[in-house]
Parts: sequence; structure tokens; C-alpha cells
Amino acid sequence: MTVRDISAAEAPIWHHRTPAGRLALYAGWLGLVALFVWCWNLMTERTMWVFVYDAPTAAADLMNRAWPPRWSYMERLWGPLWDTINIATLGTLLGIVLAVPLAFLAASNTTPSRLILRPFALFCIVASRSINSLIWALLLVSILGPGILAGILAIGFRSVGFIGKLLYEAIEETDASQVEAVAATGASQAQVLNYAVVPQVLPSFYGISVFRWDINIRESAILGLVGAGGIGAQLQASLNVLAWPQVTLIIIVILGTVVVSEWVSARVRHAII
Amino acid sequence: MSDAASPAYPTRWKRPPQMVTSRFWRHALTIGALVYLVLAIGTVEVNWQRVMVGLERGQRFVAGFLQPDFTSRWRDISTGLIESLTMTLTSTVVGVLISVPIGIGAARNIAPAWLYMICRGIIAVSRALQEIIIAIFFVALFGFGAFAGFLTLSFATIGFIAKLLAEDIEDIDEAQAEAIRATGASWVQVINYGIQPQVMPRLIGLSLYRLDINFRESAVIGIVGAGGIGATLNTSLSRYEYDSAGAILIIIIAIVMLSEYSSGYLRRWVQ
Repeated sequence: MTVRDISAAEAPIWHHRTPAGRLALYAGWLGLVALFVWCWNLMTERTMWVFVYDAPTAAADLMNRAWPPRWSYMERLWGPLWDTINIATLGTLLGIVLAVPLAFLAASNTTPSRLILRPFALFCIVASRSINSLIWALLLVSILGPGILAGILAIGFRSVGFIGKLLYEAIEETDASQVEAVAATGASQAQVLNYAVVPQVLPSFYGISVFRWDINIRESAILGLVGAGGIGAQLQASLNVLAWPQVTLIIIVILGTVVVSEWVSARVRHAII
Repeated sequence: MSDAASPAYPTRWKRPPQMVTSRFWRHALTIGALVYLVLAIGTVEVNWQRVMVGLERGQRFVAGFLQPDFTSRWRDISTGLIESLTMTLTSTVVGVLISVPIGIGAARNIAPAWLYMICRGIIAVSRALQEIIIAIFFVALFGFGAFAGFLTLSFATIGFIAKLLAEDIEDIDEAQAEAIRATGASWVQVINYGIQPQVMPRLIGLSLYRLDINFRESAVIGIVGAGGIGATLNTSLSRYEYDSAGAILIIIIAIVMLSEYSSGYLRRWVQ
């Protein structure tokens, strides 16, 4: 056996990838850059650059006008704030009422008919999830007229998909041996659901509902922008008259509400789980 | 032992309460919830006449949704769609590029304390406000159109990606970074060879997920003037053109479902 001395010149240099792999990687990045440039050109075709170059001045001007917040406006915000909380809470309740039966229809271990009802329930859940609550509100305001009812329905319809999806996944993950044990006592189908499935999914059900309520507080704060009541309606009104000090105050109030609701939801979920 | 002393043995079993075991709190919570419901439902004012008029409109909307009209407003729809899609891609790319350094800075195990505080602060600001409120301000500063939407989505992307990337870096296997450090590698080399290979698959997955979210959001921020398909939808609804609105909604749902499935598939393939 000959021992070959590897001189410095021919010593192989370690590389992370093979040459072909490296080439493919560079080609991929180049493609992404080309796509980005193409999209950028399409997007900025109609941009008025004058406004963009003017932005620093506009920002300074806006800051000047928006600060300090008009604290006296607060007394007119308590009502809308109460409305906002109601929209979120009642909307979540509506979502729960609609989502629970859908979830039991959609879960593969509890669905009564695998061919008709399960795809139908899954379709309802997906359709509700793909439409943002603001778009739901836009539709419902145009149908029902402006007001808090449209907001409640919008939040409810959007929550159906979220709660339904997480709940049916929780139902599918339940322990089958408990179901079997209850069924072995001669329990009817309804009793099996009540005594074997429901106790297993109840903690995650409360967790999901409180989590969605927290998200809904965030969303109901802005629904008023399209006329669905709550504090967003005041935001829209203040924006329309360019009352920036009021806008600042409303945004502070929204931030405060979001922080409080996040804290409440974290506490409740911590207590449950 | 007399029968009178022991009470009748219960023959019926009652399920014990699962969540709130204290009897007092159970009743207090029920009563509190009922009082709240009465108060809350009491403040909902419904103008039933308006609702009745609206039901007829609702029927027209359902009819428009079932027989969507893609053709008569196709120019507006395609402009909005192109704006939305280009906005989604550019904002995701720019947002991810900015959020990578911020995410590295916000990881407790590789960044100094002062940098950690600054980067966490940026993340908190970006996450605190909803996209639509940021969009209002950017529209006021940069004028109407897709550019304001692009900035909004990039800004929102930073908070999302940087936070999850920082948490991912904090969760890495420290031994691999230690091994690279033991070879005498510099800080940049440790990031490049010890950390980047561990977090890259997840970063790509998160970027694809954010691409998906950004499209959904781009359909919404148009309502306040930041361009995209949302603006087209808003216009068609305020003109009561329900067949065009139905067509736009069908397009949005189709793209959202397509992107959700393809991004889920790609993420599984990458990881």
C-alpha cells in the first residue's frame, strides 16, 4: 500500500453542496430575484412617486397633528367600546353554536354519513375560513345595513370555520377505548357522545373558544371601518374629518383592549389546561 | 346496624362537574353570564324594516354568487388581482429579508442583551397593530395604491417571521453551534454553519405560510385604499353589483384554498 502525500495544491476543499446542487440553488435564487423584479415593476406601474418622496415631510406633519391625543374624546368612546366587546362575545357565541354540530358532522369518528354530510360540513368550514371577517362584514353591511348586528354575524360566520376546524381535529384525536367502554355498557349513540366524547374534548373546546374570543376582540375593533358598529365606526368618523388627535386616542384604546383581552385569554387557558 | 342510620344507597349516578368544581363559583358564573347576555342583547338595536329590505338584497347576492359575472368588470378585477398578487410576493420577499437580521438579533442565545431588547421592541410594535390600521397610516403617508399596501404587508411580515425565527433559533441544538465554535469559527461562521442549517427548513416553511397570509390580507387592506382586489370588491359592493362581487369572492376563495393546499404541501416537502 502506498501512502500518498496530499500536497496543499491538490487537497480537496470541503464544500457544503455538490457543484450541481450549488448550480440549482443559484438558479433558484436567480429565478426568485427575477420574479421579484418583474412583480415590483408591475406593482409600481401606477405608483405616484411624488407622494412617496414626500412621505418624510408628511410623516412629520402627521405626527405634529396627531399628538397629543384628545383625552376628552374618551367619554364618547365608552359606548362604542361596550359595543365592540359585545360584538366579539356574541359573535363568538354564535360561532360556537354553529360550529359544534358542524364539528361533530365533520369528524370522521362521529359523522353520521361519510359520503354526504362530512364533505358538506368540511366545505362549510373551509369556506368560512377563507373569507376574512372584514369581508364578511362588508357583505353583511351591504345586505343588512350598518349596525352592530352585521358585526355580530360577520364575527360569528368567520369564527365557525376556526372553531369548527380545531374542534373536529380534537374530536378525531379522542381516545377510542373510552368510547368503546361506554358503548359496551349498552349506551345509545347520544349517550356515547355525551359520556365518552364530550368529556374528552371539553377542555380543548373551552381553550379554542377563549382563544377565538381573544382574536375576535381584535377583529371587532376594526369592523366599524366598513360600518359594522363598535369602536371602528368612531375611527372611521374621525378619519373622515381628519381629526388625528381622536384617531391617536382610539388607537391607544384599541391597543389597551387587545392587551387586556390577551391577558384574560392567557389566564383562562392557563387555568383550563 | 339500623337501616335508619344509613341513608338510602343512591341508585342514580350523576356526572360530577368537569370544569368548575366549586358549587358557589359554578352558580356565580352562570348568573353572571346570564346577566351579561341580557345586558348585551339589550343593546343590540335592530332595524327590522331595514333587515326586511336587506333580505331581498341578500337573495340577489346569493343569486349573484351562484351566477357570477366575470366578464363585464374583468378589467377592474384583473387589475386588482395583479396588484394583490404582486404585492403579496414583493412584500413577503422584502419582509423576510428584513426580518432575518431582526430575528437573529432577537434570539437570546446569540445576541447581546441591548440588541435583544431593541429587536424584541421592533417585533412587539409590528405585532401589536392590525394590518388594517397600519394600512390607514401608510395610505395617509404614501398615497393611495399598491405601494402603501406593499409597505403594510412588509411591516406585518417582519413581526410574524422575526418572532417565530427568533424562537426557532432559541430552540436549536446548542451542541452543533458549540462544535463549530470549537473549530475557531467567527460569529458569522457560527451563524452560517452552526445555526442556519438547523433553522433554514423552518424559515422556508414560515415564509411560504406568510405568503399565504399576505394574500388573504391583501384582499382586505384594499378597503382602506391600499390597492389590490379588496378595493375592487369594495367598489363592486358599494355599486350593488352583486354578480361581480360574487365573481371576486369566488376568485379569492379559490386562490386562498389553492395557496393553502400548495403551501401546506411545499412545507411538508421542505421539512
